Amino acid sequence: MSDLLRNIIRLFVFILVQVLVLNQIPALHYSINPYLYFLFILWLPFSFSRIGLMIFGFITGFTLDAFTHTPGLHAAPCVLIAYLRPFLINILIPQKGGEMNYREPSVKSLGPAPYATYVILLTFIHHGSLFILEAWQFSNVWYLLVKTLTSSLVSLLLIIIVEMLFSRKQKFITNT
Amino acid sequence: MRNIFHFISQYSNLLFFIFLEVVCIYFLISYNKFHQSPFLNVANELSGSVYTQYNKLEDYFYLKKENERLKNENSRLLNLLKENFSSPDTTSQTHLSQLSFDTSNTLRKYIFLPAEVVYNSTNLPNNFITLHRGSAQGVKKDMGVYGPNGIVGVVVDVSNNFCIVMSLLHLQSNTSIKIKKTGETGKLEWDGKDPDILTLKDIPKSVSLQKGDTIVTSQYSDKFPPNLFAGTIAQIILEKSTNNYLLKIKTATDFRSLQTVWVIDNLQKSEQKELEERVKNKNE
Repeated sequence: MSDLLRNIIRLFVFILVQVLVLNQIPALHYSINPYLYFLFILWLPFSFSRIGLMIFGFITGFTLDAFTHTPGLHAAPCVLIAYLRPFLINILIPQKGGEMNYREPSVKSLGPAPYATYVILLTFIHHGSLFILEAWQFSNVWYLLVKTLTSSLVSLLLIIIVEMLFSRKQKFITNT
Repeated sequence: MRNIFHFISQYSNLLFFIFLEVVCIYFLISYNKFHQSPFLNVANELSGSVYTQYNKLEDYFYLKKENERLKNENSRLLNLLKENFSSPDTTSQTHLSQLSFDTSNTLRKYIFLPAEVVYNSTNLPNNFITLHRGSAQGVKKDMGVYGPNGIVGVVVDVSNNFCIVMSLLHLQSNTSIKIKKTGETGKLEWDGKDPDILTLKDIPKSVSLQKGDTIVTSQYSDKFPPNLFAGTIAQIILEKSTNNYLLKIKTATDFRSLQTVWVIDNLQKSEQKELEERVKNKNE
């Protein structure tokens, strides 16, 4: 299966799970709002160019926006994390050329600690920017911080479960 | 000139990033305008059809609750029948309402059209509801929406077979209501937090209020008929700065489990609007 086709299928699954499951379950508390769909952007292959990443991020966010009737609200944070992703990977990559040997970021390709840093940082950035954009109309910094923190923690818990359930098998790609 | 090209090629990623973010924020800010674009019409039909499939499954889980609600609504309506009222005194005549014989709809102002909820959210600051009934079935923009327990929202966008309702749980929602007991009118709003609690501002301190007082739609609204149930007072807070009450209103509708609602068509709205426009133009 080609990278593009695999990712398009993955996009549909992530969006449907977000829209039909996570947006539907009754919230534990009104400041907890878990998101999972942006994991799709974190899982995009290394081989995509930076512009390609941003286009994919925009499409992801905008598809979700079409379902929640909020054009631009999710697209903006998605483009942001797609833009920041290569910087983080460059800093966190364990040895030179690591991205050549594996297809996409995962626990195996980056190593557990760098991968955790990568996911946690981008999760907080995504949630923070999303809630700031949402809050355009009401300004309450404490509420915003608490909401970002609690929602990110619940999202991270979900991400851990997803990573354990769907361990992406990745072959070590060599030239020989 | 070469420097400009060099600059663009060097910073192409950053420029593209800024371009995409500006596009997103433009959409976000102008989303009221955006609602009229043909793109969203297609998006509505697509997301609506996905939600319809999902809703077929979801309906089963709420059947019991929905039955309960319909039973309550039916008994309320049965109690309104004229056969329920009789007087032992034959000299006093019962005045029957003319309306029950009015089959030509000359006196009718509001008509309720049933619609199925296919999508509904409560955990965003701006919540929308998708209904499976659109312009082909007589829904127009700015119609009110009423659920079995109370008012739900206002139609903001219509496609052929679906319509989007701005729920009461939306930061820009603004419904004209009154306190049933005293007749004070006000605007019902939402602060974007708890989906059970709405806010009502600017009720003067002179009005005597109690917890549990009923809030109904006012006669000034052109979207809802008067006296539809909207909620009850849950908490009364005195605002020190303005000396007005800030009321927390418990919603009548349980927004988490909406199944069927009615879209309310005001048959005399265009006439009223036309008249108001004419007077406005004359005064200018």
